[in-house]
Amino acid sequence: MAKINDFIAERLPLDDVMNALKHKQVPVHKRSIFYYLGGICLYLLIVQVITGILLLFYYQPTEAAAYESVKFIMTKVSFGWLVRSIHAWSANLLIFAIFLHLFSTFLLKAYRPPRELTWMTGMALFGVCLGLGFTGYLLPWNELAYFATKVGTEMTSAVPVIGDTMKEFLRGGSNVTGATLTRFFAFHIWILPLTLAGIVGIHLLLVQKLGMSRPLSQQSKPKRSMPFLPHFALRDLNVWLVVLAILVGLSYYFPAHLGDPANPMAPTPVGILPEWYFLFMFQSLKLFPPHILGIEGEVFGILLFSLAGVFLLLVPFIDKKSAKGQKSPLFTALGWFMISFVVFMTIWGKFG
Amino acid sequence: MANTHEMSKKPARTVKEPAKRDFLTKSLAGLTTALVGFILYPLGKFLKQPPAAGGNVKRTLAAKVGEVPNDSGKIFRFGNDPGIIFRTPGGELKAFTAVCTHLSCTVQYVPVESYILCACHNGKYDLNGQVISGPPPRPLEEYQVDIQGDDIMVTRA
Ligand code: HEM
Ligand code: FES
Repeated sequence: MAKINDFIAERLPLDDVMNALKHKQVPVHKRSIFYYLGGICLYLLIVQVITGILLLFYYQPTEAAAYESVKFIMTKVSFGWLVRSIHAWSANLLIFAIFLHLFSTFLLKAYRPPRELTWMTGMALFGVCLGLGFTGYLLPWNELAYFATKVGTEMTSAVPVIGDTMKEFLRGGSNVTGATLTRFFAFHIWILPLTLAGIVGIHLLLVQKLGMSRPLSQQSKPKRSMPFLPHFALRDLNVWLVVLAILVGLSYYFPAHLGDPANPMAPTPVGILPEWYFLFMFQSLKLFPPHILGIEGEVFGILLFSLAGVFLLLVPFIDKKSAKGQKSPLFTALGWFMISFVVFMTIWGKFG
Repeated sequence: MANTHEMSKKPARTVKEPAKRDFLTKSLAGLTTALVGFILYPLGKFLKQPPAAGGNVKRTLAAKVGEVPNDSGKIFRFGNDPGIIFRTPGGELKAFTAVCTHLSCTVQYVPVESYILCACHNGKYDLNGQVISGPPPRPLEEYQVDIQGDDIMVTRA
């Protein structure tokens, strides 16, 4: 064993990585619990990759076969229901964890220098994960997903100038058809995951290089910390096991639905909703009147959300007070406003 | 080692080197730009889905006469899009696109109250395709209907 270790160590500088990890310290304070969220995202991401690859053993990405192949996974393949349900639940929990991670790093102002790029790569991860959720939703080719995708892709045509080109690019034509399914498959399986892997790599490298930030509110308190290895890593792993138990429990008691197959020549049934994490946008868009200031209400709403996205992406450069290490109550208020807005709109969209 | 030896024998080369490197950098930049163009053009074209067959169907069989009794409707395939054909309580046959002008869900005929409903966001149109309520910004496009024997045919402009 020692010989093999030496053999590898001489050829591969793994020691450097281990040394860096050994020196990593995690601050200990009242808000330390939020340091688990990024790790939970990472863990759920790994679960997604594994269960996703397993699903590929049986899934068939064509208009004719997609629905039946998913039904086959759910009814014929041993533990197929479990693999698919874990993939579905883990996707939902991942998005949920990302929301928590995003909002907690926002409220703790962890985006302040030198972690601007950590924040911005994080925003990119958020976007890519939403894209994964959107493209994955269509793959079972059921009625609900078909029409939700129709509505979702139609919205892109509200973007000024390039909107129609974008819509056609996403749909592979002017309609949602088998061509859309093939495209979404390419996005969901290759393009988005590879992009995600690259950005996660940079995100983690930055986290590693810059160390964990100590929130401004905790600066004046005694600076305690614990080593990442093994103290924090062991805590991480325990949390991951708990998350796994939650995943399996949810999948067992609430397995993923399939519903009816998509039929492009049937009227849209009542109750078409996007995934819950798009609901807050969907619900807000409903509130706009058909026309505002001479443009369609939807267009106006989508522009507004795009602006909010850009603002959030650039917040490390906008929040000057945090950057100087001062308290920044305006941005704290803004954070709470965003959280309340998203929570309220989501609940309203779901049950209203 | 071998390199320095060689260079010391031919000092002229080291003098020319910067000029040559400048040329190489510029030529590389030029060629790369051209190459990117050569890649992007076909890539852009490749990503554009070829038009599906049936996109310019102008006339189609929507239903058999017996399929659409008074105060009822039916969705039919018109090229690649759904269309809706219905008979009003007064017995008139009418056809429209079934694609809602709001966010493209498929509409349906609601009997008794006799209007066209889009269930996605509760958009309502009257039997002339005009918006009654809800988010749709424009009326539905109307098609011409004629009957050939037992067939209801629909034509669009
Ligand atoms: C797939 C998605 C993501 C993964 C796998 C991930 C992973 C991680 C991990 C493992 C950490 C270190 C532990 C922690 O602080 O929680 C971290 C830190 C961080 N992440 Fe993420 N993250 C993701 C998305 C995001 C998003 C959406 C944002 C916000 C826009 C974000 C912003 C940050 C920031 C600012 C830090 C530094 C926190 C500090 O130093 O206190 N991340 N991330
Ligand atoms: S798509 Fe018809 S009302 Fe929204």
